[in-house]
Amino acid sequence: MVITLDKSKENQKVKVISISGGWGVRQRLGCLGIHPGDMITIKRSAIMQGPILTIIHGNQVALGRGVASRIFVEVI
Amino acid sequence: MKIALMGQPNSGKSTIFNHVAGYKAVTSNFPGKTVKYEISKFKLFGQVSELVDLPGTYSLTSFDLAELEARKYLLNNNIDVVVNVLDASLLSRSLELTLQLLELKLPMVICLNMIDEAERKGIRIDIEKLSEILGVPVVPAVAVKGKGVKELFSVANQIGNEKKSGKVLKFSKDVEDVVIQLTRQIEQKEHEKKSNIPIRFLALKYLENDNFFIKNLEISDKKVLKNVEHFQNLLKESHGRHSDVVISSERHHLSMNIYESVVLLEKPHKSFIDYLDNVLMHPFLGYIFLGLIFYLFFNLVFSVGKMVEEPLLDYFYRLIPLMEKSIDPGTLSFSIISGIIQGLAGGIAIVLPYLFPFLFGLAILEDLGYLPRIAFLLDAFLHKIGLHGKAIIPFMLGYGCTVPAIMATRILESERDRFIASVLATMIPCAARMTIIFALVAFYISPQAALAVYILNIIVIIISGKVMSSLLPEVTPGMILEIPAYHIPSIKVALAKTWLRMKEFIFVAWPLLVVGSTVLSLLKYFKTDILINQFFSPVTLLLGLPIVVGTTLVFGILRKELSMLMLIQALGTNNVISVMSATQIMTFTIFIIFYIPCVATIAVLWKEIGSKRTMFTIVFTFLIALFLGTVTRFVY
Repeated sequence: MVITLDKSKENQKVKVISISGGWGVRQRLGCLGIHPGDMITIKRSAIMQGPILTIIHGNQVALGRGVASRIFVEVI
Repeated sequence: MKIALMGQPNSGKSTIFNHVAGYKAVTSNFPGKTVKYEISKFKLFGQVSELVDLPGTYSLTSFDLAELEARKYLLNNNIDVVVNVLDASLLSRSLELTLQLLELKLPMVICLNMIDEAERKGIRIDIEKLSEILGVPVVPAVAVKGKGVKELFSVANQIGNEKKSGKVLKFSKDVEDVVIQLTRQIEQKEHEKKSNIPIRFLALKYLENDNFFIKNLEISDKKVLKNVEHFQNLLKESHGRHSDVVISSERHHLSMNIYESVVLLEKPHKSFIDYLDNVLMHPFLGYIFLGLIFYLFFNLVFSVGKMVEEPLLDYFYRLIPLMEKSIDPGTLSFSIISGIIQGLAGGIAIVLPYLFPFLFGLAILEDLGYLPRIAFLLDAFLHKIGLHGKAIIPFMLGYGCTVPAIMATRILESERDRFIASVLATMIPCAARMTIIFALVAFYISPQAALAVYILNIIVIIISGKVMSSLLPEVTPGMILEIPAYHIPSIKVALAKTWLRMKEFIFVAWPLLVVGSTVLSLLKYFKTDILINQFFSPVTLLLGLPIVVGTTLVFGILRKELSMLMLIQALGTNNVISVMSATQIMTFTIFIIFYIPCVATIAVLWKEIGSKRTMFTIVFTFLIALFLGTVTRFVY
C-alpha cells in the first residue's frame, strides 16, 4: 500500500517509492540518503503537526510535515 | 602549500582546523554552523602553509549559499591538497561527497574522523581497502582528542607535493554511456576555453540540472544546453525518474557498495547517551525538559552573575570616594580618571560575571547536540510565525550575539525566511542586552521580573513574525534537518569556545567602554552632554525617563552594554534604584532591548539582506521599542 510518509505511524518501517518535490527538495533528501528504494524507519512524530523523526541508514533525520507529504512510501 | 578542509556538515572540519590554527573557528554539534570560511596560516614542515575551513556541504551541487561558497572556493583558488573529512560513523553517506570531490581531480587525502564513535556503533572499517578503492590515502582520526591530526597533515603535505589525485569511479553502464557521450560533446566546445573545471564534473552537474552551471550555459552556449536537455530526457525516460535523481542514486549505490565492501558490522556498544532522546525528544516529556533546561540555565547565569557582581561593585564603590581625597573632584583630570575607572569597573563587575556563565552554558548545550533537538521540538511553533524549525538556530545563537545569529540565517533555504529570521534575530536580547536585563532588572527589581522581560520579548517576536510573514506570504519549504548523535561535551573545548566569544567583548567592546565612559566624563565636564540630552528629550520625555539618559542611548547604538554602563555614569551613582524608579528601570530596559541594532549588527545586516531591508529593520525596531517603552511606562 502506497501512502505519503507523513501518514505513516511511529515505529513503522517503510520503503521510498517516489519523491514528488521539486529539484531542491530532491537534492537535499538525496544528500541525506533518501532516494527511491531506500528504507526509512519512523521513530517519532512531534505534536501539533510538527516534524517527524526518521532513521535513514542509521542516521536520524527530522522532516517537516510538508516535506514528508511529498515522499511516497510503501509500508513493509 | 594551500590546504582546504572539505566535508559534510558536522564531520569535524572546524575541530581539526582549531587544532592546527589555535581556537579560531566556532564548532558545535549542529550541522552547518560554518557559514563563512576561516583561513589560517601555519607552519607545516618548516614551510608556511595556508589552511582553509570551508563550510560543510552534503554535495557539490549548488543548493544553498554555504555550498555554493565552498564549491566556488575549491574551483577557483589553486588548492594544493583537499583534506576530505568524513564522519566515520556515517561512512556510506559521507562517501557521496567524496565521490564528487574525486571528480574534481584535485590532490586529496581522506580523514576518517570520529573513528571511535564508529567503533562504538559497531562499524569496523578496512582502511587499506578503502584507500585502494578510492586511490587516495585514508587517515583515521579522533579530532576532538587530537588523535591522528599530525599524521593527517604529514600525509596531506606529501600528497600536495606529489600532486596526486584519486580515482574517478564509474557509474553503471547505461548511465556511464550517457555521461561519456555528453562529456565528448562538451569537450569539443570547451577545449578552446581555458576552464579549470574537469569536464566530467561539469557534465554530471549539467545532468543534475545544477542551477548555477545551467544558468551559465543559458547565457553562453544554447547549443550545448540543447544537448544537455536531450541527455537529461534520455535518462528520465530510461529510468522513470528525473535525471538528477538518477545521478544521485548512482552515487548513492556506489557509496553503498564501497561501504559494504570495506565495513565489518559488529555489535554496537550502547550507552546512556543513546537513550537520552527517549526523554529529550519525547512528544510530551521533551517539552518539559526543554522548559526545565531553559529555567536552570537562566538561574545558573543569574546566580553566578550576582554572586560575583555584588562584591566587585562594592569594591569599586569604595574606590571613587578614596580618589576624591587625593584629587579635587572639580578638575579635568578627575573627570578623566573617574571615567576610566567606571569603564573598567563596568566591564569587570557588570558584564563579565553574566557573560561568562551564559556563553559557557551555551557552549555545553551546543557541543552536546541539543540545539537541533530544540529545532525539532519547536518546528510546529515556528511554522505559526511562517518559519520552520531550523530558524531556531539563529535565534538561539542570537542570545549570544546578534552578528553570528544573522550569519547563521544562511542555513535557511529561502530568501524570505532569511529576511524574516534576520529581523527577528535582531530583537533577541544578545549577551550584551542580557547583562542589562540581569544587572538592572533582575538585580534591582527581581529575577521574576527579568524572566518576564524575556517572556515579553518572545511574545513580541512571535507577533512581529506573524505580521511579517503575513505581509510576505510564501509557504516555507519545510524542514529537512539531520539530528546528529549526542557527544559528551569536552570542558576544554567549551572553555576555549567561551573564550573565543568573550575575546570579542574584552578586546573590542571593553576598550570602547573605557573610551566611551571617558568621553562621557568629558562631555559632562564641558557641559556638552546637555545638548545631546536635549536632542533626545522627545524620546526620554515620552518614555518618562530622566533627561540625562539621552546620551546613553547614543552609546547604546555602538554597543548595547555601553548604554547601561553609561546610564550608571550619567546618573552619577552605582545604585540606580536610588535615582530611578522600578518603572523607569523597566521602561529603559525594554526600550534598550528592542531599539536599533548595534553598529556591528547593522553592518552584517547590510551585507546579508541589503541596504533597504536594513533601513527597514532599523525603523521597525525603533518604532517597536518606542511603542513598548511607552506602554511599559504607563502599565508597569
